Amino acid sequence: MDRITESLSPIERRIIPYLNLDIGEIIKKSGLDKTTVLRALQFLKNKGLVELHSEKKIIINLGVNGIYYKKSHLPERKLLTLLETKNHIPLEEANKISKLSDNEFKVSLGVLKKKALINLSNGKISLTANKEELIKKFPEEKLIEILPIEKEKLEEEELFALQNLKNRKDIVEISEQKTITFQLTERGKQIAGKEIESDLIEEVVPELIKSGLKKKRFRRYDIQAHVPQVFGGKKHFVNQSIEYAKKIWTDLGFKEMTGNLTETSFWNFDVLFTAQDHPAREMQDSFFIKDIKGDLPEKKLVEQTKKAHEEGVGGSKGWQYSWSPEDAKRIVLRTHATSLSARTLYSLKSEEIPAKYFAIGKVFRNETIDWSHGIEFYQTEGIVIDYDANFRHLLGYLKEFYEKMGFEKIRFRPGYFPYTEPSVEIDVFHPEKQVWLELGGAGIFRPEVTIPLLGKPIPVLAWGQGLDRIIMDFYKIKDLREMYSNNLGILRGKKAWTK
Amino acid sequence: MAIIKFPKKEIEKHFKINQKILDEISMFGTPAQILADELEIEINPNRPDLIPMQGFIRAFKAFKGKSNGLTKYKINKPEKNYKVKVESSVKEVRPYTVCAIIKNLKFDNEKIKELVNIQEKIHSTLGRNRKKVAIGIYPLEKIKLPIKYEARKPLDIKFIPLDTTKEMNAIQILKRHPAGKEYAYLLKTYQKFPVFVDANKKILSMPPIINSQEIGKVTEKTKEVFIECSGFDKNALNKTLNILVTTFADMGGKIYSMIIEDKKKEITPNLEPEKMKISLENVNKLLGLKLKEENIEKLLKKMGYNYKNKTVFIPAWRTDILHEVDIIEDIAIAYGYDKFAPEIPELSTIGEESKEDKLKERISEILIGLKLLEISSYHLIKSDEAKKMKVDKPIEIENSKTEYKILRPNLLIPTLRTLSENKDNEYPQHIFEIGRVFSLDEKKETRIKEQENLIIALTPGNFTEAKQTLDYLLKILALNYKLEETTHPNLIDGRTGKILLNNKEIGYIGEVHPNTLRNWNLKMPLALIEINLDEVMKEIH
Repeated sequence: MDRITESLSPIERRIIPYLNLDIGEIIKKSGLDKTTVLRALQFLKNKGLVELHSEKKIIINLGVNGIYYKKSHLPERKLLTLLETKNHIPLEEANKISKLSDNEFKVSLGVLKKKALINLSNGKISLTANKEELIKKFPEEKLIEILPIEKEKLEEEELFALQNLKNRKDIVEISEQKTITFQLTERGKQIAGKEIESDLIEEVVPELIKSGLKKKRFRRYDIQAHVPQVFGGKKHFVNQSIEYAKKIWTDLGFKEMTGNLTETSFWNFDVLFTAQDHPAREMQDSFFIKDIKGDLPEKKLVEQTKKAHEEGVGGSKGWQYSWSPEDAKRIVLRTHATSLSARTLYSLKSEEIPAKYFAIGKVFRNETIDWSHGIEFYQTEGIVIDYDANFRHLLGYLKEFYEKMGFEKIRFRPGYFPYTEPSVEIDVFHPEKQVWLELGGAGIFRPEVTIPLLGKPIPVLAWGQGLDRIIMDFYKIKDLREMYSNNLGILRGKKAWTK
Repeated sequence: MAIIKFPKKEIEKHFKINQKILDEISMFGTPAQILADELEIEINPNRPDLIPMQGFIRAFKAFKGKSNGLTKYKINKPEKNYKVKVESSVKEVRPYTVCAIIKNLKFDNEKIKELVNIQEKIHSTLGRNRKKVAIGIYPLEKIKLPIKYEARKPLDIKFIPLDTTKEMNAIQILKRHPAGKEYAYLLKTYQKFPVFVDANKKILSMPPIINSQEIGKVTEKTKEVFIECSGFDKNALNKTLNILVTTFADMGGKIYSMIIEDKKKEITPNLEPEKMKISLENVNKLLGLKLKEENIEKLLKKMGYNYKNKTVFIPAWRTDILHEVDIIEDIAIAYGYDKFAPEIPELSTIGEESKEDKLKERISEILIGLKLLEISSYHLIKSDEAKKMKVDKPIEIENSKTEYKILRPNLLIPTLRTLSENKDNEYPQHIFEIGRVFSLDEKKETRIKEQENLIIALTPGNFTEAKQTLDYLLKILALNYKLEETTHPNLIDGRTGKILLNNKEIGYIGEVHPNTLRNWNLKMPLALIEINLDEVMKEIH
């Protein structure tokens, strides 16, 4: 018991003398507010001195409009009173002279009709109520007068009135109230009602430090007691993982590329040797911008690209169709960050070769949004421009990256992209699920891409894989929508990226 | 990419199906799995020749070394009247056709279904939904040769379309027949529509829409067929015809060629392999291997080619060989992607993050130090959000499949959405986001200006707290700013400032007006800062 008294906090000590009373009385006598008293009781419960019981009550109160209507009558009463003096009037006229808002007027009509007090025909309102009915208060009016009240105490008629008012704007407000009661335990009974003096030290304050310890003992704290949660500031979890991925590329000697999310089709498709009738260029697959068209780049590049498509360059046969500059001017939300790689290659000076670039950025698809589909994704994009680059190097960079992302087993399969040859698909093995995750593609840019951009066929290793699946996997996210839903509760609780 | 299903029992006549063989099929470039009694494979758009089961088996047999290189097919010379006359009237609407006849066939219900499947898959891939290529296959016993390919006025085209009983004219077909309705857009804009007509003046079909029920439907009795491919791309048409006739030949059919009387006389199909020179040095350089000529010959044969004197003989049904690199890829596939030793070369370059991203990271660090939580939202906003916030000249997406249809003009809108969706989460909510916003700009290459913005939202929060945050942020970035009173449609007058750096406006700060809060169903006071980071970037040295 001594141990317990030693650990009583000041607020507990303040209420112990009144513990034989109910909570309301304790608040009055102790001079503490309700929250503090409840907290003190919670502490006493932790020490096994009281038991707490909570009970939920539903309270009906007046809403903003309810307060106003209580003073000035419900709109249906106003309309009814008006009809008493002016019966058989057209709807518009009634609306006008009633001075009710359109919405109030409509609601009132409905209410009165439902109560069979009026009749509507030929656009006119007629009173059908008798004298007695006119004088009698509506159940809704009666209810408004008795608010606030506990829902449990309502009679059947009042509940019916409540149902009617609930559907109307801000007349009633329903809230839940938790009432807490307590009971003393055996040990509690020993202590209740006593004045407990204490000369224990509470907080350590500067004066105390200065003056030295005159009193010897500190009050004991309940170190198991729950403390209120705090939330730190935090980077979005997706951005944490992206930063990590970026670091891998910069460590490998790659320079970051940045650029626009909106692109002309020329940079997103044409310069990447994607034929103009390729399915990705249709509206149902990609986000095209309405009504605007962009500019094409320098004439020489356009000419070379046109030639690559129509008849081929560097020994290629091309796609053999008539290439349209208009189609290349359409604006698209980039479908891959490869548009950036193309721009980078074009702006490269020959003395800058060899070079390695990367980008991690959003790309877009015209999709529905559900647990496995989304409209935006992160893609990790990279290029290596080097006269001696080869297919094995491509696999080498990718293997290194995914190993650093935490995947030990990596598989390369044949793939297809219009702008790379050879092309490869990358899968990583998920050791827990025992399945291969398909991440996306890579390859060596075709000469039809490099010749227009670089002037000659220099090998360019290129890749662009989705990152979202890896991020989802790390955070154990099952539903793609959670990635960008911005639920602050989830964001606050997300673990840190620890790879 | 096309998903194709073959009956497992048919495949098992050639290969024993087990996990090992499924892995091999995947490493051949066609990921495979067994579903009940079917083998399901994914075919990339560059290999429509693998769509028919016969084509797949032919290619995979070679890959497994069970056949030797290029498969040869015999083409019989045209018999009497094996002719298709192409009238100049089709040049406006659907200019080309290539045709063949196959004899010695046996059909049952299964085979007919298979045929329809092949047609559909080729239509939807290589055929670009029948626009580029449409295929027609007809029972030869019901047709009288020679055939004419011509264009007629829609009302002069009358026949009973497939799976119906009544004669219709072309307009009625486009309006009423299911296939007519689906593909009407391919003909609607033309004055005349194309038809194949036989020597009895009966219409075989109206490509690319529908065949005739009377003389255009293959049945179990059919032993010989007439095949035509029509469209705009002669090369694609020839390849399609080659895929079809070799498929029929693998079923046991005999191929007969036909004379196409166009401006120039031509005999189709042509299965003569194309030739392409290949350089051993290029192969080894691109793949990082040390292959010898005999290795290359062996690998090429695995992929169905022949090789002689540095020349590759390419099967006439391959649509994807445009350049030497396409053959080099096939050599790599034959070699085995799993056999390549990945290597990181000695190539010293200096890695570096972009200046923009470095600044963004510094700013996040500062704000996180103030206990702000970063959010990340879509770059698109909903139409009703744009309307609610009276967005001037919204940049709209064509045909979006979701309610997200407009490029965000600021970060304010997504932030208000986020806060309105988080009313059940604990307050205070102090959040920030850095991201791209979009506006129209005639001077830009894409007519769209993209700008990096930062938004900070404090709720419950007031002007003082927002200003403290702004002060701290810009102080740590060593920037001096000025505030000037201004107005903003969503902020409270007298509590709104524009932020100036070097007398240039970079954003605003203020308390959000209760009307805006109510509009977004928000119940707590909200203070905001939104600034243009591109301008901040310019001031940082």
